Amino acid sequence: MENALILSHIEAGVLTITLNRPDRLNSFNDEMHHQLSEALTVAERDDSVRCMLITGAGRGFCAGQDLNDRNVSVDQAPPDLGLSVERFYNPLIRRLSALPKPIVCAVNGVAAGAGAALAMACDIVVAADNASFIQSFCKLGLVPDSGGSWYLPRLAGHARAMGMALLGDKISAQQALEWGMIWQVVAAAELADHTQSMAKQLATQPTYGLGLIKKAMYSSASNTLDQQLDLERDLQRLGGRSDDYREGVSAFFAKRPPNFSGKQS
Amino acid sequence: METPWILREQQQRVVTLTLHRPDARNALSTACLEQLVYQLEQADSDADVGAVVITGAARFFAAGADLRELQQQDVAATQLDHRPLLWQRLAQFSKPLLAAVNGYALGAGCELALACDITLCGESARFGLPEITLGLIPGAGGTQRLIRCVGKSRAYQMVLTGEAIDARCALQAGLVSEVCVDALTLERTQQLAQRISQQAPLALRAAKQALKQAQETGLSQGLQMERQQFVTLAATEDRREGIAAFFEKRTPNYQGR
Repeated sequence: MENALILSHIEAGVLTITLNRPDRLNSFNDEMHHQLSEALTVAERDDSVRCMLITGAGRGFCAGQDLNDRNVSVDQAPPDLGLSVERFYNPLIRRLSALPKPIVCAVNGVAAGAGAALAMACDIVVAADNASFIQSFCKLGLVPDSGGSWYLPRLAGHARAMGMALLGDKISAQQALEWGMIWQVVAAAELADHTQSMAKQLATQPTYGLGLIKKAMYSSASNTLDQQLDLERDLQRLGGRSDDYREGVSAFFAKRPPNFSGKQS
Repeated sequence: METPWILREQQQRVVTLTLHRPDARNALSTACLEQLVYQLEQADSDADVGAVVITGAARFFAAGADLRELQQQDVAATQLDHRPLLWQRLAQFSKPLLAAVNGYALGAGCELALACDITLCGESARFGLPEITLGLIPGAGGTQRLIRCVGKSRAYQMVLTGEAIDARCALQAGLVSEVCVDALTLERTQQLAQRISQQAPLALRAAKQALKQAQETGLSQGLQMERQQFVTLAATEDRREGIAAFFEKRTPNYQGR
């Protein structure tokens, strides 16, 4: 497609989604949101997709909202940014966390504003050693959105979250790693290969079970220990009924590699 | 033969009735409601049934009434409609009635959940009364039962905006008693029904009647009715059996006498 703002292709069970506005550091405009939403629908509906990989084209990962799209002149009424959050960013983050399949994020460069939140909303985040994370909202009088204010304190802790959100300083990939915000840092030249093979490996795993794990992890944020114990019981009950559980146990005893279908039963 | 809109399945003393109109998002047409009431009345008179579970599909419990039917009714036809009688008969079902709700329970579907004694739902459940957005109002207990269980402000909000609430909100408001992982909603509800159906049938019946009184009379009259039911049970064999089994540390064997 001529002006695809989102590139996507499926290979070996992995749906790779590339944010593709490299000249604008892959910042979001409405059209890019629409295209990303369509790609996500594929991830949700296509059973052959067992892992998703998100990355950016060019030197940046995602610079958040494209400010060129936000015409704020003094003689106009103030814009309703809540509307774009409600229409685009919130559904995106909700769908990522609800997707019952693992999502790997390859942060290839700067991840700013909602772009940083997008990365944090993925399940496993791998950053290039020259990537960086910026909570740029504070410099514009805005608030970390797209789950930023939810993820930051949970991942990095209150003190670091406050520092990042109020100062808006650039955080290096290494710093993000040390603070527990991301899973791994790899050399920039190796990022694509490394994350592709990680995603392909994940796509051979018990997808249904991985989906249950995601559910358990995300639910823990709002559950009490007691509620979480009940949820673990229920999810384990479901996992135990899957074919992949049987396959995993049989393969273990037969000392052979398992062959998982990824399906519910 | 009539199309079966309701699937019936029985496990021990629990009957599960599944709303089955997949092409119409389980909309409760009059025919569908008739079959549901018929099944309930069968179950009511069947001594082998202790409790009934009503459920729908994964994405829809029931998405309302049949709008095409409503569209064709003028004032006279609406006045003569026998749906209110069907709802009344449904409300007269004397055994424990449970609802297992996944997905949307809207309009008549929400009213059906409200008419059940115990409602459990999955995380995907949405309860709403969108009638107002069509220029009408709930017509099967929606305005009355909802306000009694969720309270004034939320009931007004739901009825006047037509906006649905999610599972968590329904739990907080007291519309449902438990929220389950979707894949286990029906199973958990059936478990509960199974447990209930082991109890003494006459005691269940009396308990349900006493609980219903709470909605229909004042406190002192309700207390009186409760006492009456309590006294009546004193004459049953099952009561003796229940207490004896407790002291003898064994499972009671109830006969419904």
